[in-house]
Amino acid sequence: MRKNSTLSGTAWRYGDDVDTDAIIPARYLNTSDPEELALHCMEDADPDFPKKVAPGDIIVGGKNFGCGSSREHAPIAIKAAGVSCVIAGSFARIFYRNAFNMGLPIFESGEAAKGIRTGDKVEVDPATGIIKNLTTGKEYKAEPFPPFMMDLIKAGGLIPFLLKEQSHG
Amino acid sequence: MSMGQTITQKILAAHCGRDEVHPGEIVMADIDLALGNDITAPISIKILREKGIKKVFDRDRVALVPDHFAPNKDIASAQQCKDLREFARDFDITHYFELGEMGVEHALLPEKGLALPGELIIGADSHTCTYGALGAFSMGVGSTDLAGAMISGKAWFKVPGAIKFVIDGELGPWVGGKDLILYIIGKIGVDGALYQSMEFTGETVRALHMSDRLTMCNMAIEAGAKNGIIEPDEITEEYVRGRTSREWKVYSSDPDAEYLDEIRIKASDVDLQVAFPHLPENSRPVGEARDIAIDQVVIGSCTNGRLEDFQAAARVLKGKKVAPGVRLIMIPATPLIYRQAMEEGLFDIFLSAGAVISPPTCGPCLGGHMGILAEGEIAVATTNRNFVGRMGHPKSEVYLAGAPVAAASAVTGTISSPEDL
Repeated sequence: MRKNSTLSGTAWRYGDDVDTDAIIPARYLNTSDPEELALHCMEDADPDFPKKVAPGDIIVGGKNFGCGSSREHAPIAIKAAGVSCVIAGSFARIFYRNAFNMGLPIFESGEAAKGIRTGDKVEVDPATGIIKNLTTGKEYKAEPFPPFMMDLIKAGGLIPFLLKEQSHG
Repeated sequence: MSMGQTITQKILAAHCGRDEVHPGEIVMADIDLALGNDITAPISIKILREKGIKKVFDRDRVALVPDHFAPNKDIASAQQCKDLREFARDFDITHYFELGEMGVEHALLPEKGLALPGELIIGADSHTCTYGALGAFSMGVGSTDLAGAMISGKAWFKVPGAIKFVIDGELGPWVGGKDLILYIIGKIGVDGALYQSMEFTGETVRALHMSDRLTMCNMAIEAGAKNGIIEPDEITEEYVRGRTSREWKVYSSDPDAEYLDEIRIKASDVDLQVAFPHLPENSRPVGEARDIAIDQVVIGSCTNGRLEDFQAAARVLKGKKVAPGVRLIMIPATPLIYRQAMEEGLFDIFLSAGAVISPPTCGPCLGGHMGILAEGEIAVATTNRNFVGRMGHPKSEVYLAGAPVAAASAVTGTISSPEDL
């Protein structure tokens, strides 16, 4: 995971309440193969997304991004599509925990979510949470993560974290 | 002096060896049960197999239910169900439910006594919040969480603040738990309780039978909540007794527990509700949906696939026919509900009306199978989500309602109240 290097790419902006059925429709949930899921990423919100997205690109959402189902196929599809991170005003809680558990970087910033448009070039420093809109020159600061979430990120996700804890326990 | 705790805080504290926990802090807690299904568990199973894990933390505390795309809808789904079956066998999982015993997970687990008051339950399915109706703390998680829980018996929790919903007064005819929760989501929005606990109380809630309570807590996630919860009472005890040999513990909120908000609702203000496409928060009184022509009605799911839902549908459908051109699909959520409905003669009423009866499955609720919508089709469903493409084609539409409105709409062919018949 590129957890310490800068994330940068073109922004794809969507509205409020982007649900997990829009991110990956249930008709594709007869597989959990990341490459397969990536082919249908965001399909019901933006049918051309899988064709348009380039490695490193950034999805920007409004409030309550990832609401609905608990399907981890949603962050898996986003990550496998080459998206480097998701910025949103707020995240639905299961999507939030899934992203940390499986290693998709996400950033919460209402200001950035409002100030970034589709097509803008955006750069995010995961270490500081600084989000730069290179197109407009505006800079934003994401909400800092709680220390526990930082530990999860450092460990490389929930499973390595738990296994390390168990071997120490 | 320590502050009062909500029922949710108390259950979390008890499961991480603490006297109290506070909203906002993150705790690792011991879980009583971890649940997975044929969509979510295969990812967890892959993690365990890849890490070389040979056993789960407790074979009696894992439940695997192939309910979403089962009976197998296609070859790929068959493989996912096979993954579950083989994992359950290799890891000696006690609570694996093969077809014939399998039901929609959140109807099945309470029925089998696998979710009890005071327990801490996680499930890789967002509607795991259903068991809050029994006074448990239960919430949906992802597949990695389920893998972690199967390995360690633990999960991480950010202690939620709570919103109290106090509902008083008598409900109108046909109005039930589905109408109450749709009304509430309409009031606060699909992120109105984001990360929070929704605690339902008041004389109306106390008078609700378990089926309605399960429906209410089931849809807490549709307001963004972490959990929905109702303090156990005699109705809870009566429901749980006889379903388990395990002990359970009843927790209740302290009188001085802190709430982020208290929302008071008069039951008489709550009409039969219909949530318009494409968000559950678009709920309005059924009268505002009148004359919308429909193609299909689905009565079933973890939200409203219990015996009481079919009894209500039968009261509406008795001696009536489904409108020409409308498809009515009945999906009893578990084999027991199926048998009870059959023995009570409900199937006669449904078949005479022109309905089709499906085996237990989540099926069309999430656009899986057994009733997918074509482009431009409109359904009334007793399910929980009406997102774009949820039941089929991205240009199909789902209106959410309780069983009485769903059944009445099947008869008239337009969205209707039972009072319209």
